[in-house]
Amino acid sequence: MSNLTQIRKAENIARKKRLRILWLCFAVILVVLPLLATKFGLTILTQICVASVFALAYNMLLGQGGMLSFGHAVYFGLGGYASIHLMEYVGTGGAPIPLVLTPIFGGLFGLVAALLIGSFSTRRAGTVFAMISFGIAELVAASAIILVGFFGGEEGMSSDRTMGPSFFGYEMIPQIEVYYFAAVWFFLATFAMYYFSRSPAGRMANAVRDNAERAQFIGYNPQKIRLVSFVASGFFAGIAGGIFAIQYEIVTDSNLNTAASGLVMLQAYIGGIGYFVGPVIGAIVMTLLNTVVSGMTDLWLLYTGLLFIGTVLLAPNGLTGLIMMHTDAYRNGKLSTLVKPYLIGLIPLTASFVGIISLVEMFSHRNEQTVGDDVMPLFFMNIDVSTSEAWIAFTILSLAGIIGLRFTIPMVRTAWHEANEALTLPASPTKQEGAKNE
Amino acid sequence: MLETVIFSLLNGLVYGLLLFLLASGLTLIFSMMGVLNLAHAGFYMLAAYFAYTISLYMGFWFGILLAPLIVGLIGGLVERYGLRQVHQFGHVPELIFTFGVAFLLEEVVQFIWGRDQLAYNKPEILEGALFTLFGADFPIYKMFMLIVSVLIFITLFLVLKHTRIGLIIRAAVGHPQVVGMLGHNVPLIFMVTFGVGTALAGLAGAIAGPVLGTYPGMASGLGGIMFVVVIFGGLGSLGGAFIASIMIGLIQTFAIAIDGSLADVLALAGIIVTEETFMYDIWSTTMPQVAPLIPYLMMVVMLIFRPTGLMGARES
Repeated sequence: MSNLTQIRKAENIARKKRLRILWLCFAVILVVLPLLATKFGLTILTQICVASVFALAYNMLLGQGGMLSFGHAVYFGLGGYASIHLMEYVGTGGAPIPLVLTPIFGGLFGLVAALLIGSFSTRRAGTVFAMISFGIAELVAASAIILVGFFGGEEGMSSDRTMGPSFFGYEMIPQIEVYYFAAVWFFLATFAMYYFSRSPAGRMANAVRDNAERAQFIGYNPQKIRLVSFVASGFFAGIAGGIFAIQYEIVTDSNLNTAASGLVMLQAYIGGIGYFVGPVIGAIVMTLLNTVVSGMTDLWLLYTGLLFIGTVLLAPNGLTGLIMMHTDAYRNGKLSTLVKPYLIGLIPLTASFVGIISLVEMFSHRNEQTVGDDVMPLFFMNIDVSTSEAWIAFTILSLAGIIGLRFTIPMVRTAWHEANEALTLPASPTKQEGAKNE
Repeated sequence: MLETVIFSLLNGLVYGLLLFLLASGLTLIFSMMGVLNLAHAGFYMLAAYFAYTISLYMGFWFGILLAPLIVGLIGGLVERYGLRQVHQFGHVPELIFTFGVAFLLEEVVQFIWGRDQLAYNKPEILEGALFTLFGADFPIYKMFMLIVSVLIFITLFLVLKHTRIGLIIRAAVGHPQVVGMLGHNVPLIFMVTFGVGTALAGLAGAIAGPVLGTYPGMASGLGGIMFVVVIFGGLGSLGGAFIASIMIGLIQTFAIAIDGSLADVLALAGIIVTEETFMYDIWSTTMPQVAPLIPYLMMVVMLIFRPTGLMGARES
């Protein structure tokens, strides 16, 4: 007994140590990354910080609390608008508040809004909650156009982040300073959200998500638990809105409408709602799609949609889930056995991927081109869409890839199972013998 | 004044019945499967596009006939190969899946047909005015929409009340599990219901395309209102959906017809509102500006005080 507790204690200490190292790595990455980035890269990194905080906040609802919201951008947007108003107030000499503290103000605004709306919307989870959140989002988005005083109508509200008093000589004029501002808030918010998810309130949110009735039997009020999660989530969404307001110096109704709410759900889900880091991964992928891929093709939203549907159907645990599928293989020390089958599997996957994307891009080019403009750049080549050769070539490539996948997928699957199986074998020798006898 | 009332009434009725065409399919699907199909408006849009393309080659009438069938077929396939996979994970992933389909449909439509509004026009027989009242025309096409919607409503009613399939569907509205236990092929029923539901949305899209415009935003424009209708009427209740459709159709058209604001009301009471008055934005907002807001307000209030809606029996 005491032996067991000792082992537990040692495990706990080891886990805490690992966690501390992880946090340190996270901080180091945030500090070092911008030194390697171009100016465009810096904007993208800042955008990733904002998107990550927002997606993490969203996942407090969906992943940890089991509440599907179609209107969470409301709190992001309201936090953003409030921050712009604070910036204006400070800028016109209203109060000497350093603007690096803006996000906390945005967060508090989001918190109050979430408290007001959550007080009735969290009474139920599931479809009713989802639809209330959707209705509220439509209401707020429509009001943002009508109520010009607070929201600025269609043009939105804009301000200037450089007008406030400096914070220890820190003015937020160059993009690198804005990045570090966003990164610090990203780190703080992530830290706070992580420990919220480990707190009793976060654990109870999990319990209510899994079985509200049982939580009620133990003596907790599910509505209150949901409300706590909802308000906390609104707070962090508001913080994300505040960082956004500093970065872009403008907030419009497109930041709080239902499309924005849908986008954050996509991010969280593609990343994986079952893991704490999932939304961050989703935010990174989606921001890259939004910035880098959108510069390459007009069809990036189509690809986003396909990625989303693919995730829902094939990898319900998201991209993080795909990575975490390999923890057992790693513990078995068999991760290296997977490299070869994965590389082989990658060949037809790439072939079908390149083939299908090329066909899609060529179709789109043929539809949208001006007359006579038949040549388009595609995967470092110049393709003439008016001739049939390119069409035939890419069709063959896609088909070959798909046929190849039919052979490689079973192979990859067996390899994966073999790499994972070994874990249970040494633990139950009798079973092993039994298997042999059969 | 009378002119405004009569025309708003007629327009509201046309719009309301169109909403019902959409809402009936949505309610059928929800009754059966417990899934609020967020992609419903997407199928409505897809059908308008199909109808346009078919009308180019085979004429308007074939377009209206074939587009709903094709969309219904696609709907069935989406259920069979998409929704059924996600079904095992529960309702929230199902909702998320249909959201993804809605997102994708909007992009696919732009990918195939482009971003501009299409010149999907009504046929010549249905051009022109049916009658002229107080100098204003009532178009034949609106009467055509009215007739189609009413016919569908009657057919749906007869099928549900007087056929065996209708009996099974009505049983499934209240007790979906029991229907399965009685030995019906529930997956097949699900697929057919989903197909029929999306085909109804498709019919609405095919006939609404020429008047409401065929463009990539037509799904999101109507999608929200559609959810309001089914939730306000009561999830799973066709009767409720009917009442709510007509109600919202009328409220929407009347709100647009009445040009007035709170400031005007206050002026009657002798209070003059100027730009300096506190919260001038709220007082000066006119009814047509608020019109798109009203349905959502109705839905939120209904959900707070009566989550089952007007005539619904269950919440999820």
